[in-house]
Amino acid sequence: MNEAVRTSLMGRALDHVPHMRALGISFRGIEDGWVELEMAYSPDLVAYPDSGVIANGAIFALMDSTAGIAVVTGLRQSMPIATIDMRLDYLHPPAPFERLIGRAQCYKYTRSMAFVRGLAYQDSIDHPVANMVGSFVLPGAA
Amino acid sequence: MTTLDWANELRRSGRGERIESLPYAVMLGVIADHDGSDLKLIMPYRESLIGSPGRLHGGSIAGLLELAALSTLVLALPEDEPLPEIKPVTVTVDFMREGGMRDTFAAATITRLGRRIANLRAVAWQYDYSRPIAAANLNIVLARAAT
Repeated sequence: MNEAVRTSLMGRALDHVPHMRALGISFRGIEDGWVELEMAYSPDLVAYPDSGVIANGAIFALMDSTAGIAVVTGLRQSMPIATIDMRLDYLHPPAPFERLIGRAQCYKYTRSMAFVRGLAYQDSIDHPVANMVGSFVLPGAA
Repeated sequence: MTTLDWANELRRSGRGERIESLPYAVMLGVIADHDGSDLKLIMPYRESLIGSPGRLHGGSIAGLLELAALSTLVLALPEDEPLPEIKPVTVTVDFMREGGMRDTFAAATITRLGRRIANLRAVAWQYDYSRPIAAANLNIVLARAAT
């Protein structure tokens, strides 16, 4: 499957996830196992009125989504997954009124587990807003 | 409105009423429960919280946990001192059970409240507090203006 077709299919699949639609999250692409999702700036996502700064909780949701997609796209067959735990280190506050990009890679699969790392950034991945690590269980795995 | 404005209002109100003034909390539909003496938040079920068929998105549960911790912390800070800036630095969420299509509750406890760092634990449940669906550990920096 070529990149454009995969991106288009993935984008349509994400549109059907109610919470991701509510957050304005869309699929950006996948390259070398790294998945990127984008969360558009919206006044509905800010922590405090008029500040323009996206709430940490929304960043967590972006990273949980990105990590989940990274796990699913690396599996040979489709199966349900569930987050076991996820840690975010908030490195600096996001710039106000700007979109956020979530970037994640599944760096290790075992028979029943998947381990993910990633970060959230705005302009440059060298200047991340948050760092993420997480683990997932693959309950359907043999 | 800044963090400080909100926190000051929350402190003045003494309870969780001011949760409704936060856009992200409104997006999740989180409201404060006025029963009992401890602060408890409720996230009534709505379709926009769903992540996969029949299950709440982990991100919406994490958002609820963080709101519970922040509100609990603000209400616990000494009233005779100016409020510090509250900056969560590390947040870890453990997901224990799937969140079903029903109301979710959350409450937080302060493990330690220091001058510079506050450590909190927040728990989310649906049927019963003793059956948590998720719990968060939050380490929060309290940045105080130099005096």
